[in-house]
Amino acid sequence: MSHPTAPLRAPLEIEFDYTRSLGPVLSQFMAALAERRILGARGADGRVHAPPFEYDPVSAEPPGELVPVGPEGTVVSWSWMPEPLDGQPLAEPFAWALIRLDGADTAMLHAVDAGSAAAMRTGLRVRPRWAERPAGSIRDIVCFEPGDGPPDGSAPGHAGEVTPGMTITPVRLHYMHTASPGESAYLRGLAEGRLLGQRCGVCGQVYVPTRGTCPADGVTMTEEVELPESGTVTTFCVVNVAYPGQRVTPPYVAAAVLLDGADIAFQHLVLGCDASEVRMGMRVRAVWGESGSISHFTPTGEPDALYESYARCM
Amino acid sequence: MSAAAVVGFAQSPVRVREDATTSGVEMLVPIFAEVFRACGLTKSDIGFWCSGSSDYLAGRAFSFVSAVDAIGAVPPAMESHVEMDAAWALYEAWVKVLTGEAEIALAYGFGKSSGAELRRVLALQLDPYLLAPLWPDSVSVAALQARRGLEAGRWTEKDMAEVAARSRAAARSNPDAQVSGSVSAAELLARPYVAEPLRAHDCAPVGDGAAVVIIAAADRARELCERPAWISGFAHQVDSGSLGARDLLSVPSAAGAASAAGAGGVEVAPIELAELHAPFSHQELLLREALGLGDGVTVNPSGGALCGNPMFAAGLARIGLAARAVMSGRASRALGHATSGPALQQNLVCVLSGEAS
Repeated sequence: MSHPTAPLRAPLEIEFDYTRSLGPVLSQFMAALAERRILGARGADGRVHAPPFEYDPVSAEPPGELVPVGPEGTVVSWSWMPEPLDGQPLAEPFAWALIRLDGADTAMLHAVDAGSAAAMRTGLRVRPRWAERPAGSIRDIVCFEPGDGPPDGSAPGHAGEVTPGMTITPVRLHYMHTASPGESAYLRGLAEGRLLGQRCGVCGQVYVPTRGTCPADGVTMTEEVELPESGTVTTFCVVNVAYPGQRVTPPYVAAAVLLDGADIAFQHLVLGCDASEVRMGMRVRAVWGESGSISHFTPTGEPDALYESYARCM
Repeated sequence: MSAAAVVGFAQSPVRVREDATTSGVEMLVPIFAEVFRACGLTKSDIGFWCSGSSDYLAGRAFSFVSAVDAIGAVPPAMESHVEMDAAWALYEAWVKVLTGEAEIALAYGFGKSSGAELRRVLALQLDPYLLAPLWPDSVSVAALQARRGLEAGRWTEKDMAEVAARSRAAARSNPDAQVSGSVSAAELLARPYVAEPLRAHDCAPVGDGAAVVIIAAADRARELCERPAWISGFAHQVDSGSLGARDLLSVPSAAGAASAAGAGGVEVAPIELAELHAPFSHQELLLREALGLGDGVTVNPSGGALCGNPMFAAGLARIGLAARAVMSGRASRALGHATSGPALQQNLVCVLSGEAS
């Protein structure tokens, strides 16, 4: 049970897919993986790097023709993963291993499905377990498994959505996000239908939302100020571009709104009139949504504020 | 000639702070106040600010911008940022002072390491084509390095436990440490593996914190500090990003940085004290060798990163602690080290001296 003044906390899930172009060397490497072959690169010193380098660490030249290696290899170091993390190659306990593929002089990092730590050892012979449907990524090797001979299995299945020369890496991150004490106070105020700001004890400026620390003086602010829900548009833009997930149909206005009594504007929507009617100096008031938040601002119909009254907050 | 010196250092206690934001402001405001008070400075004296932090720890883009609130950047400040440990921010600040662009510069680092599962987040620092898609976590990668050393006869699990036991004992006198205590290597070895061959004591704890270091050009340094910690050498180097192509039992970038920073210079006094940024026990053993630190050198009297490793601040804190040893007269020549990347891939060395050479 949280104390009422404790900062608010909530899970924050972030997901994004990185789509990367592979370049000339890794394009060949990934294309070969889809055909269940592994390629390396021979360096100027004769050493074979697998995976291949893009530029020779000795000569700085790009590699010549890539050379086949493995697909079997030998474990040169390993560690045991008793509780696999989200996204790792296997969901059951497995070994991470540096694997020197046959014909290579460097090692490749991957997972080994060994069943137990007792079955792992440096020097263990391993072979790849191929994905049924290649996707053009390093994960076309599902993992390695103990064994010394050609991998089992049939020819590769039909490729998934492979774009030559590109690879997609999904990223999912899980955070417990903590709002600052200032942000927490602001959010709690919103839930009560109040707009809270803070006054800096040094410069006297009033900031809204509450932010904890004066950005001008770098000091903690303690004086809370309740602000009215009326204010002035200091500047604005008309959003004409549609995008996925958009909640308001363009054209609409995103504006900087300076609440009466505040010294800093904040950004919000101005709705309730045609976008072309919104102007600098327009007087607006908050329209509350259902769940403790401001839905948008809307014109009050009062005469416009004089430019001089908000010019310092531009 | 030493053109710049460390004149001030402060750090926040390393703790898991559920109530802290990822912007670091709450951790930074008190330590800025502390270091300004100690140096007799105000924010307006700082000619250049540089921070080290990471959006991946914060879970949002441009997260370091929020931390600028702690500076109080009105009027506008000359400010920069590195997405690295703030030891590299200090390097940038040092260059600003050497080039005469700033007389006094401040580097700060902060990290809320506990905001997400750190070892998993750190997988994203790896090669994005061949490694990161597999999510190799930082502890597992370090374990691969540890086993290489064990099987090559470079160290034993007991050696690793002794590093941890000695670090924890040293940390008993460091109130900022997250972990400390009196425990024997034998007791530690009886505990289970977390990522065989690593046990919990072999891995830095996950903790949140911040650190700040102020440096000044020669003339100002003498005014601000009775005994400035003169920066006699400062260098950083990086090894290959291809984990499997590296010899994990040598740390050429650490040795190279130490050499470039003059750590082993015979014409001057030997290093007496070193604060090493070794987030895993075996890495202290690797670094001692790479940096050429003999048995006579006091290593990690603070307890080191094994007793508190706030991401993006711990490396800067190592330099700050080494500088503090010089400023207090406890050492006449000290070394601060910082690392970044998997398995000691990138290394920075700062050599500090009580005498301006």
